[in-house]
Amino acid sequence: MADQADFAEQAMQYAPQLYSAAMRMTRNRADAEDLVQEAYLKGFRSFHTFTEGTNLRAWLFRILTNTYINKYRAKQRRFDETDLDDVEDLYLYKRMSTAGDPSLGRSAEDSLMTILPDDEVKQALEALPDNFRMPVLLADVEGFAYKEIAEILDIPIGTVMSRLHRGRKAMQKALHDYAVANGIIRGEPDDTTETDEASAPVG
Amino acid sequence: MDGAQAEPSEASAGGIPRLRTPAGDSAIDTSVCGEPDCQAALHELDVFLDDELSDGARASIRHHLDECPECLSAFDFHAELKQVIHDKCLNDEMPAGLLSRIERCFDTDFDGDGRIG
Repeated sequence: MADQADFAEQAMQYAPQLYSAAMRMTRNRADAEDLVQEAYLKGFRSFHTFTEGTNLRAWLFRILTNTYINKYRAKQRRFDETDLDDVEDLYLYKRMSTAGDPSLGRSAEDSLMTILPDDEVKQALEALPDNFRMPVLLADVEGFAYKEIAEILDIPIGTVMSRLHRGRKAMQKALHDYAVANGIIRGEPDDTTETDEASAPVG
Repeated sequence: MDGAQAEPSEASAGGIPRLRTPAGDSAIDTSVCGEPDCQAALHELDVFLDDELSDGARASIRHHLDECPECLSAFDFHAELKQVIHDKCLNDEMPAGLLSRIERCFDTDFDGDGRIG
C-alpha cells in the first residue's frame, strides 16, 4: 500500500508527459491543464490503492484517460465508436518511398523529420476518433506496451492491435494529404480525382 | 487476345517482386514485395516495430530483412515515421505554474472532509 506522503515525489516527474498527452486528447491548453490537474488530484486521493512496485506511469495514464473520457466525452456515448475509412496498408510508404519510382516520392535527402511539421503531425493524431487516437497516443507517443495499453483503456489486446493498425493508417493518409497539398510529394491521379478513367481496363 | 491484360498474378507466379504497380492502377497492390516471405514479414511490421514479437519471430524477420532490401526499406520508413510521431507529439511545453498549482492541491482539503486532497 502506497503512502500518500510519497505521491508528489514519485508522480510529479511524469507531469510533462501527461500534459502532452492531455493536449492531444483535449486539443487545447486550458482543458489540458485542467485535465492534468484533476488526474493528479485523483491520483493523490487514491494513491493508497496503488500497488507499490507496479508501473506508476501506467497507473497515472489510466487515471488521465478515464478522467478525459468521463469528463470531456460525458455528453456523448462513453466510448466514441466513430469508425475510420479503410486505408490500404503501407499507404504513405508507397507514395513517398524512393525505392520504386523516385519521381513520385520525396527526394532521398529529405527525412520525414524535416518535411513533416510538428503541427501537422499533432493534427493528424488529434483528428483521429477517440477510440483510435488513444491507442496510437499511448503506443507511439508514450511508448506503452500492448498489455499496458489494454489495461489503461480496458480493452482486449487484440482490439488494441487492430485499432493501432487502423489509426496509424488514417494518420498516414492525413500526412499524405498534407504532403500533396503542399507540393512535398506529387499526388497520384487516383489520389486527387474521383474518376480514374486512365486506368479502367473495363468496357 | 489471351493475356492482353497484364495480370498482377504473374508477379507471384514468376516470383518477381513488384515494387510498385504503375500509377493509375485502380487498386494498388497491398504488397510491396510479392514474395510470400515478404508478405509474412510485412504482416508483422507493426508488431515488430512495437517490439512485441517473441524472440524467435523477431529473429526470423531480422533474417529476412538482411536478405531483402525492399522490405528493409519499408521497415525503415515506418520506424522513422514512428520516431517522428513520438518526437513531434511529445514536445508541448508545460504552462508555467502548472506544477506548483498541482502540488498545492496536495496540501488542500478540497471536499472539506477534514483530510487533505
